[in-house]
Amino acid sequence: MKHKVLRYDGSFDGFLTAVFTVFEQKLIAVTIEKETITQEGLFSENETVTTDEVKANRVWKGLKNKLSSGSNYKLYCAFLSEQSGVEALLLDYINYAFATNDAIDKDYAHPSVLKISQIAKMVGREKHRMEAFVRFKLTKDDIYFANIEPDFNVLPLISKHFKNRYADQKWLIYDIKRHYGLYYDLQNVSIMQMHLPDDFDFTKTEDTYFAEEEFEFQTLWQDYFKSTNIASRKNIKLHTRHVPKRYWKYLSEKQPR
Amino acid sequence: MSFERTQEKLKILADAAKYDVSCSSSGSNRRNKNKGLGDASGMGICHSYTEDGRCVSLLKILLTNHCIFDCAYCVTRKSNDIKRAAFKVQEVVDLTINFYRRNYIEGLFLSSGIFKNADYTMERLVAVAKKLRLEENFNGYIHLKSIPGASDELMREAGLYADRLSVNIEIPTESGLKRLAPDKNREDFIKPMVKVKNEIIQYKAEKKIIKSTPKYAPAGQSTQMIIGASGENDFQIMQTSNHFYKHFNLKRVYYSGYVPISYDERLPQIGSAVPMLRENRLYQTDWLMRFYGFDVSEILNQQHQHLDLDIDPKLSWALRNLHEFPVDVNTADKRMLARIPGLGMTSVHKIINARRFRRLNWDHLKKIGLALNRAQYFIICDSNAFERRDLTSEKIKSLILQNSTSKYQKTLSNQLSLFT
Repeated sequence: MKHKVLRYDGSFDGFLTAVFTVFEQKLIAVTIEKETITQEGLFSENETVTTDEVKANRVWKGLKNKLSSGSNYKLYCAFLSEQSGVEALLLDYINYAFATNDAIDKDYAHPSVLKISQIAKMVGREKHRMEAFVRFKLTKDDIYFANIEPDFNVLPLISKHFKNRYADQKWLIYDIKRHYGLYYDLQNVSIMQMHLPDDFDFTKTEDTYFAEEEFEFQTLWQDYFKSTNIASRKNIKLHTRHVPKRYWKYLSEKQPR
Repeated sequence: MSFERTQEKLKILADAAKYDVSCSSSGSNRRNKNKGLGDASGMGICHSYTEDGRCVSLLKILLTNHCIFDCAYCVTRKSNDIKRAAFKVQEVVDLTINFYRRNYIEGLFLSSGIFKNADYTMERLVAVAKKLRLEENFNGYIHLKSIPGASDELMREAGLYADRLSVNIEIPTESGLKRLAPDKNREDFIKPMVKVKNEIIQYKAEKKIIKSTPKYAPAGQSTQMIIGASGENDFQIMQTSNHFYKHFNLKRVYYSGYVPISYDERLPQIGSAVPMLRENRLYQTDWLMRFYGFDVSEILNQQHQHLDLDIDPKLSWALRNLHEFPVDVNTADKRMLARIPGLGMTSVHKIINARRFRRLNWDHLKKIGLALNRAQYFIICDSNAFERRDLTSEKIKSLILQNSTSKYQKTLSNQLSLFT
């Protein structure tokens, strides 16, 4: 049988539609890839899958019947990792789930189940880090603005957390790497793109954009951060394990004064 | 508020509050209501970590560092020559709200030196919490210190606004307390603790009948003990700890290695090391008691009054009880799996789940992510390769130590060289 490559638009629904196609056409030798990264294979046949919500929902519902809701969430998390080859792992997991009568989500000795659970854990950690490391800065037009650069595409996962927590303030969290953000307007959270001036520096708080009091509170926070440290217990290794250096540039307490 | 004055106060009062270890922001169930600010229903979040590796989750400050007491171990003691300051209620409220809005913190941990008397102080702590809840509709986490000797009425009110209340007993034994803090007595610590415990029980019972019963200190009570200031051994410390867990339904007991801050000759001198390794072993024991099904007397008793510094308390217990091993990971019950050195509860649950699908061998165990360095001497699995030699406790210990490096190596070699 000829090897087939299914190309999808990069969305989760698109991926699930591709999975649907695999089952529909009973494909065995198959690769699912994002449109953006596909290289034309010499000996394989390419097909572009059109995202179809109905088909995607059928797969998702089928999985929901097979697995616990926690495990479904893990699949979604693993997908958001955007790691190369994660589609193949997910497909193998889904095949195994549908082929087995009992729920297989706890079978950690199965390679794909284990791997997916590990990737989901990494994504979960990144989600939690973003809930911790987002630092809002108050802009002149009264929006609490934060920029992030997460390892994985975790914005969809943290939306609810921030909506519940900051229900009475407008906020915007922008993913610099993926060029989109979440904006809460006191009612709903929506996805938005931003057009910033070319010379906009995300690591700085410039008084052109930010409220006056913002600088005071950043200073107070930096002072607090310093005062609460116990010098005789210094443990930089532990410190950097909890706050890896790649996150420092957007943490106000780690900025030089 | 005047920025410079607040800045000055914050520096003093944060510095004085840092010896309180607790920074937990979990365990509450307070949800955002009426589209207000904050939500304390999820898991705790550590928003940052100081350079000593401790988490920053709450704005941890004293309301004032004026104090009428003269406890030798305390940095704000009356006789200490330091700068004093006091926040106004509104200042604390403003700081909390503005830090919270910027996602710096999960909430407020407010403690205080005692000015005038217990009730006068407690009243002000309660006023801060009340203002945050009622005027600012703040639903973040609030941890208030119960001031020893505060009246029942104030403690009842405190619990209505705070998520957690805590009284630090500081010194593990009564004799130690008498020596280092002669103006204080145990009774004063216990009184608010008992009151809060009873209220929690009562509110919980009422909640079952009347749904609209308000929350009362939903994240419970905790306390803290200073380690290495007054000469107690590990057995005494864990006895006290166990007593408080059992009789006061405490959520946590914290252990704080004494950081020398005084030239008082009753105490370790300035410059002597903070007993961090010992603190770590005590926490491990605490965890074994609360999550691993150990009774404290299995780990510390009249015969074993000190925790080993070079190996963890579970391994130490296992080496004293080799007759309980080896354990077969494919058949053993959860209780016994939890007793295997090197395995945490996460690994235990993974084993229990995975073994339903197949018998597990070494390869599976490694892939699941078990740390086998210690465990391998205590388990058998679906494999012919297992430890066949009849090893003594000493031999196992030396094999394990040979194949591992402790992150405390430096501390360890310093501390051990004392005895040579």
